[in-house]
Amino acid sequence: MSFVKMRDLRVAFDGTQVLHGIDLDVAKGEAVGLVGESGCGKSVTWLAALGLLPGKARVTGSVTLEGQELCGASRAALERVRGGRIAMIFQDPSSSLNPVVRVGRQITEALRIHRALEGDTARNEAIRLMDMVGIPDARGRFNTYPHEFSGGQCQRLMIAMALAGEPDLLIADEPTTALDATIQAQILDLLGTVRDETGMAMVFISHDLGAVSHICERICVMYAGRIVEEGPVQLLFDDPHHPYTRGLFDAIPRLDGGRGRLVPIHGTVPDPKNLPQGCTFSPRCPRATGFCRDNLPLLNPQPDGRQLSCIHPVPVYGQRPQVLDCRGSAAA
Amino acid sequence: MLSFVLSRLLRAFITVLLVMTFAFCVLRLSGDPAQILLGPDAPQEAIDAFRERWGLNDPILVQYWAYLRSLLSLDFGMSMRDKSPALQLVLERIPTTLQLTVPALILKIGIGIPAGVYAALHRESVADRGVIMLAVLGFTMPSFVIGLLLVLIFSVTLGWLPSGGQDGWIHGILPTLTMSIGGVGILARFSRSAMIEVLGQPYIRAASAKGVSWRDVVWKHALPNASVPIVTIVGFMIGSLIAGAVVVETIFAWPGIGRLLVVSVANRDLAVVQCLLLVIAGTMVLANLAVDILYGWLDPRLSRKSGVH
Ligand SMILES: Nc1ncnc2c1ncn2[C@@H]1O[C@H](COP(=O)(O)OP(=O)(O)OP(=O)(O)O)[C@@H](O)[C@H]1O
Ligand SMILES: [Mg+2]
Repeated sequence: MSFVKMRDLRVAFDGTQVLHGIDLDVAKGEAVGLVGESGCGKSVTWLAALGLLPGKARVTGSVTLEGQELCGASRAALERVRGGRIAMIFQDPSSSLNPVVRVGRQITEALRIHRALEGDTARNEAIRLMDMVGIPDARGRFNTYPHEFSGGQCQRLMIAMALAGEPDLLIADEPTTALDATIQAQILDLLGTVRDETGMAMVFISHDLGAVSHICERICVMYAGRIVEEGPVQLLFDDPHHPYTRGLFDAIPRLDGGRGRLVPIHGTVPDPKNLPQGCTFSPRCPRATGFCRDNLPLLNPQPDGRQLSCIHPVPVYGQRPQVLDCRGSAAA
Repeated sequence: MLSFVLSRLLRAFITVLLVMTFAFCVLRLSGDPAQILLGPDAPQEAIDAFRERWGLNDPILVQYWAYLRSLLSLDFGMSMRDKSPALQLVLERIPTTLQLTVPALILKIGIGIPAGVYAALHRESVADRGVIMLAVLGFTMPSFVIGLLLVLIFSVTLGWLPSGGQDGWIHGILPTLTMSIGGVGILARFSRSAMIEVLGQPYIRAASAKGVSWRDVVWKHALPNASVPIVTIVGFMIGSLIAGAVVVETIFAWPGIGRLLVVSVANRDLAVVQCLLLVIAGTMVLANLAVDILYGWLDPRLSRKSGVH
């Protein structure tokens, strides 16, 4: 049974629809990747699920956590879920820590809320967590402020804080985008280790398909507020059916291919205020026909286990390289 | 920390010295105390004797030098009018002024900050719009207009409160209200925008995502950050505790520092005006210094830069 189940989740800001009905399941212990270009609604999806969007956002549909409805739940109910059942870490670690509160206290705060730890017990547990995520001299740095840490260390602290609540699911929203390549690889490693040790589920939001395929078992590809293709990593990687998925894979630099094989997707993500008619990807799609421009395809299950919303999918094409070791390539 | 405080103290000292010098020159160039104090019909001999007595015939540099030297021995000169020490005249008036400005400051802080924070937490609501409107009204209206309006309403029309004088606390109500309205407006608007800015920061969302209750997000995460800019304004207000009542004291005939200043300037009572300006500049500079030090304590990032740690 799914741990989190989203059905027809829709979000609008000031009358502009930015999510157009997301159906997404996350099972216990599973790692799901959520990919797509900037602005396609990856963050909004999970912020909406946790009730973290600003008041002007209109959220409809259903998000259930082991059967408990979160959409429209009371503030108190959501506060119990946040951090304790579902934790979230963000893209910009340095500004996600409160600049005027000592880092140790920011971690013990979560320990107090979710595990009722106080005083020295909380302090020691916080130091253990800081140690675990790889903060050197954790005891000595318990009383320092966030500005005394590098970006990578701030993200480690955020992870420690997320772990403090012993959540069942961690949403990592582009946790490495703001960091440089070597640090990215370290944080990805850390997330992998954390998952192995705790067995928690993870949703990994990223532009970096390479990193996603390394960490996750399943990928959801989003475009303009919709899921356009969803399936097991290896399946999508070997054999992407949606031209957008294919485009994303073709845009990854490959170690074997050289520069010439990098194929960017032309054009940009449409503005949610005026989406194109029919399939929203059609203006950028090399395979689009007149039919695509008039008709919106639905997300349908396919015989091979994936879900796809495309009228003219990419034909099967073989000889894809194996999934890249992206930690290797990122560090290189 | 020490070098930081020392450099600030040096700056404070230079500021006060500049104010003092400027006041000294302007006062001496803008009218003859002998003429003003003795009246237009005074005989020439009396005027000459007066000038001789107060050293007004010396070249201005000599006078300035003598002034500085007496300051070093903490001698602030004598009032030409009362023949009593200027410092004593000034110190006598300070409590009278504080009787108005301290309650006014408490009102400004006690009403302005909560109103601004409340408005920020209920953005775009009716309460928010109301706070903005009243705040703008409060700080755009000059205090003499507010004062006259209050007198018109509460003294003339309703007859509830006295319109002037200093005869018990009831006389302090209108001047205190007059003085606080502008400050309440300023603080409300400032706290509101500081709070809105902070609430939009990623660490607020991150704190919520951690499961922190909204009340704690506001009290433990947002307010400490918003307090940094708010403290600046409060610092200014504290700096003007002594000098901020000139207009209001004049309207309500309240015998405080402000009135002393107005009367002494009119009489060219040099020593008193100089002493007043020194005290006023001193309090402002001290308040600024306190704010600077407080910053380092409120925001650890700033203390790094300025060396407080
Ligand atoms: N607070 C907000 N107010 C108005 N519009 C918003 C708000 N937050 C997001 N949006 C809009 O919602 C859409 C989806 O944004 P979202 O942040 O989910 O994108 P994303 O896929 O996470 O992109 P990125 O990779 O840049 O993080 C965008 O068009 C964005 O402009
Ligand atoms: Mg995002």
